[in-house]
Amino acid sequence: MAAQQSNSGGSATRSAGWIRLLLSNRKAMVGTLIVLFFLLLSVLGPVLVGQDPHAFVGMPHEAPSAEHLFGTTGQGQDVLAQTIVGARTSLAVGFATGFAVMAIGAAIGMAGGYFGGWVDNVLSLLTNVFLIIPGLPMAVVIAAYLPAGPMTILLVLVLTGWAWNARVLRSQVLALRDKDFVSAALVSGEGSARIIFREILPNMTSLLMSGFIGATVYAIGAQVGLEFLGLGDLSAVTWGTNLYWSSNNAALLTGAWWTIVPTGVCVALVGFALTLINYAIDEISNPRLRAEGSWSRLLKSRNVAAGPSTPVVRAHGA
Amino acid sequence: MTTPATPPPLLSVRDLKVHFPVRRGLLQRQVGTVRAVDGVSFDVERGATLGLVGESGCGKSTTGRGILRLVAPTSGSVKIDGREVLTLDPRALRKARREMQMIFQDPYASLNPRMTVHDLIAEPLSTHGLVSSRDESLREVARLMELVGLSPSYMRRYPHEFSGGQRQRIGIARALALRPKLVIADEPVSALDVSIQAQIVNLLASLQRELSLTYVFVAHDLAVVRHLSSEIAVMYLGRIVERARPDALFRSPQHPYTQALLSAIPIPDPDVERKRRRLTLVGEVPSPLNPPSGCHFHTRCPYAMERCSIEAPPLEERRPGHWAACHLTELPTVPTHP
Repeated sequence: MAAQQSNSGGSATRSAGWIRLLLSNRKAMVGTLIVLFFLLLSVLGPVLVGQDPHAFVGMPHEAPSAEHLFGTTGQGQDVLAQTIVGARTSLAVGFATGFAVMAIGAAIGMAGGYFGGWVDNVLSLLTNVFLIIPGLPMAVVIAAYLPAGPMTILLVLVLTGWAWNARVLRSQVLALRDKDFVSAALVSGEGSARIIFREILPNMTSLLMSGFIGATVYAIGAQVGLEFLGLGDLSAVTWGTNLYWSSNNAALLTGAWWTIVPTGVCVALVGFALTLINYAIDEISNPRLRAEGSWSRLLKSRNVAAGPSTPVVRAHGA
Repeated sequence: MTTPATPPPLLSVRDLKVHFPVRRGLLQRQVGTVRAVDGVSFDVERGATLGLVGESGCGKSTTGRGILRLVAPTSGSVKIDGREVLTLDPRALRKARREMQMIFQDPYASLNPRMTVHDLIAEPLSTHGLVSSRDESLREVARLMELVGLSPSYMRRYPHEFSGGQRQRIGIARALALRPKLVIADEPVSALDVSIQAQIVNLLASLQRELSLTYVFVAHDLAVVRHLSSEIAVMYLGRIVERARPDALFRSPQHPYTQALLSAIPIPDPDVERKRRRLTLVGEVPSPLNPPSGCHFHTRCPYAMERCSIEAPPLEERRPGHWAACHLTELPTVPTHP
């Protein structure tokens, strides 16, 4: 709050204040650090590994050792190398899908919500149809028909994932377009594009951001799932194909847990970190949650056990 | 009121109707119509102020928004400077909106929280291409801020850093940016503290003198409207029931509804207040979805006759400049307001 009040500069200082606010939140801090770690890994990974992750470097299913920190796969490949190299495709597809889902959802949801009438009827019908179709089964069916590869998976996930965002953003636009500041903009002669992008959009940044992050978590998970089912490009090294091959090589039957756990932990960590950031955005854009957080931290620092927040109404005798 | 020799009034509204369809069910069948504004007519002369009063839900705000086409009127005519507004195509409408601006009720909702004061006030200027450079826009915004009594040094702040009264000043500066002829003020002070209300009303009055503005001032508080208006129109359920100069309206109201409104104003003298006979209304405003037959007011009127539920009384000129819509020509007098 202090950061916002002291600023008297333009939007640059405001967004700097926002970033500072985000970093002062512990959840956001942890989440951002983990995500940054994996992003760095996906960029530098192949260089760090310095070898072909497909190379046969040992006996099949060697347990972790000094030579192969995470052991070897059922085909004698290095698990550590495959885990690191797999991050790149998995994260790239995940973030690209998240962005596309958010952008398409925003475009369709905002157009419907703002223009109303038949535009809204058509777009809402389309959105509802896609919401009703169960996403993952449909993704499996489509992925089975298209040529395997990251682009296919991206396409499939965008197709089955955009509708939820469109729904959420449409209702937000409906709420915002009835605000007086939109009427004020209309009266001063602003056109539709200007009202949508200058008046309405800036008031939805936290929603867009959390939509993007949510879609990314979904995309990373669903992509791993599809590839695990063998619907990805099996010659590529990604987190999903790692799991596919370890299942294919009967990792569980032979007790080779080290072929599953590293990839599994990576997927879980990325999902966890992104969800943390999402919670933090929620907390920052919702002052009530923020106040509750700092209140319970204050209590903890004084060694007082924090109860639930003060109820506004309490029934007698309760 | 107008003779052929004088120019047309700045604002002329004739039989304005704003109806909202009520739709239900899967097929969105229309099951009824809310007659929010149901045949409203008035003129406002250049530099004059029409006060539009009535209970909430009577259609006074919708009348204001209908004039600006923020809601789409169902029928009728709105002329500004003799030019019809309701038939303008979207492009022409955007141009025409330079002449008519609005001040909104809630200064917390009418300013975009993500824009600085400068951007808020400069927005209409740049939309209409009235400023060509950043420098020019800064100068113009500074001039407007001084005009409404704000220091231009606050230009780069955000709305949440201001109080309600200051925010309303920003809203006024924004409305004046295009140098409009007509300003529709939609309850501009009802969201403010009483102490701030007077400041804003005085500001609006002095701006009117300085810039020769014409106001339509919507309010639910007769006392606020009294000092600012050259004419007051009282609305009930989408229709005007009485229209007169403020002194005439306060001295001898010709409609029982106006009498009731006036006797609801407290008098700051406990002795008078105690002895005073009041005309109090019972019940709620009926729903505009299903308004009473005949005179809309007959369900709550203490003087209602059989005729009132059958026949709607027309708005007639009782005395020069004093119009009322009531079947009774002589009302029992109720001492109302000094």
